[in-house]
Amino acid sequence: MTDYLILIVSCIFVNNILLMQYLGNCPFLGVSKRMETATGMAMAVVFVLVMAGSITWMVDNFLLKPFDLEYLRTLTFILVIACLVQFVEMFLRKSIPTLYAGLGIFLPLITTNCAVMGVCLINIMEEYSFMQALVASFAYAIGFGLALVLFAGLRERIVLARVPKPLQDTSIGLVTAGMLSLAFFAFKGMV
Amino acid sequence: MAKTAVQEFTKGLWAEIPPFRLVLGLCPVLAVTKGVENGIGMGVATTFVLVCSNVLISMLRNVIPKKVRIACFIAVIATFVTVVELLMQAFAYPLFLKLGIFIPLIVVNCIVLGRAEAFAAKNKVIPSFADGLGIGLGFTLSLGALGAIREILGSGMFYGMPVFGPSFQPFGFMVQAPGAFVCLGLMLCIMNMMGKK
Repeated sequence: MTDYLILIVSCIFVNNILLMQYLGNCPFLGVSKRMETATGMAMAVVFVLVMAGSITWMVDNFLLKPFDLEYLRTLTFILVIACLVQFVEMFLRKSIPTLYAGLGIFLPLITTNCAVMGVCLINIMEEYSFMQALVASFAYAIGFGLALVLFAGLRERIVLARVPKPLQDTSIGLVTAGMLSLAFFAFKGMV
Repeated sequence: MAKTAVQEFTKGLWAEIPPFRLVLGLCPVLAVTKGVENGIGMGVATTFVLVCSNVLISMLRNVIPKKVRIACFIAVIATFVTVVELLMQAFAYPLFLKLGIFIPLIVVNCIVLGRAEAFAAKNKVIPSFADGLGIGLGFTLSLGALGAIREILGSGMFYGMPVFGPSFQPFGFMVQAPGAFVCLGLMLCIMNMMGKK
């Protein structure tokens, strides 16, 4: 049990996917201008990442490894993720329309979110067991959501500030992300 | 024809240089620029994928049905990424180990898919080749520049060789994660200032 607790803390804070491992930065800067879009994206990522993490783990261990096909990993994983996103989208539209309305536009964007692919690859490289992979995917996704929502809050405040012209928009966004990353830096060495 | 190809090539070097003018593909930019060598290695690998996928997609642009085009593009790109992965394992293994997870992640680099969708799917083979090469070289240059700044300030070295005297105290912040964000933000600011003139 303690092992899983350590894994969770390490994935959410110490190795935060956005601020420490530099994965998924395009949506991080793209959808963080407003709080609603940020929370929508965070929820969509949690949803897809947990599914993608467990499915790619199964594909890798039951399909690629027994047949020595590891060199096809990149191709397989991206296709699995793309299909999964498409499938989740269709499923949600048919059966849970309210959730679909909330997540709708963010789902297609997730295919090219490198956080999803990155976590799937990390799970394989760290040689996690299935339970560990599942917990790690969930915790990484929570870490992603946490950083995204915090950052969106900061950016909403920046709109009110007077920013020098060349620094506006993405530029100040990156500097702010640096400061936020510095705050997460304090967690280093905790686990 | 020759002139337009040259134009497509040069726009990638300044007018649309990624990641400053086209704010795409930030993850590798932040992650691999701890040093010049890593930055340029990543840039070359991305350029290779970009050029090959642009050419192939441009050749296939009339065959690929509109509705499933994104899936087709991803399959093409993933194939070339696998090629790069295997080539690097064979000929540049130390670099492959350093770049690690970011080589397979070229597949989800928005620049590659963005160029396929925005350019190669609509243009002939030669301009697509020029576009891929231009954007790729621009990306390599940016990564090299950012890598140089962070390496010089963060560890006092350039390409593994010390530049300052032994009394230099490395500015460790720059090679860590927060430094990457701040450094890229400030470079973007400088680019904006130069663009405004």
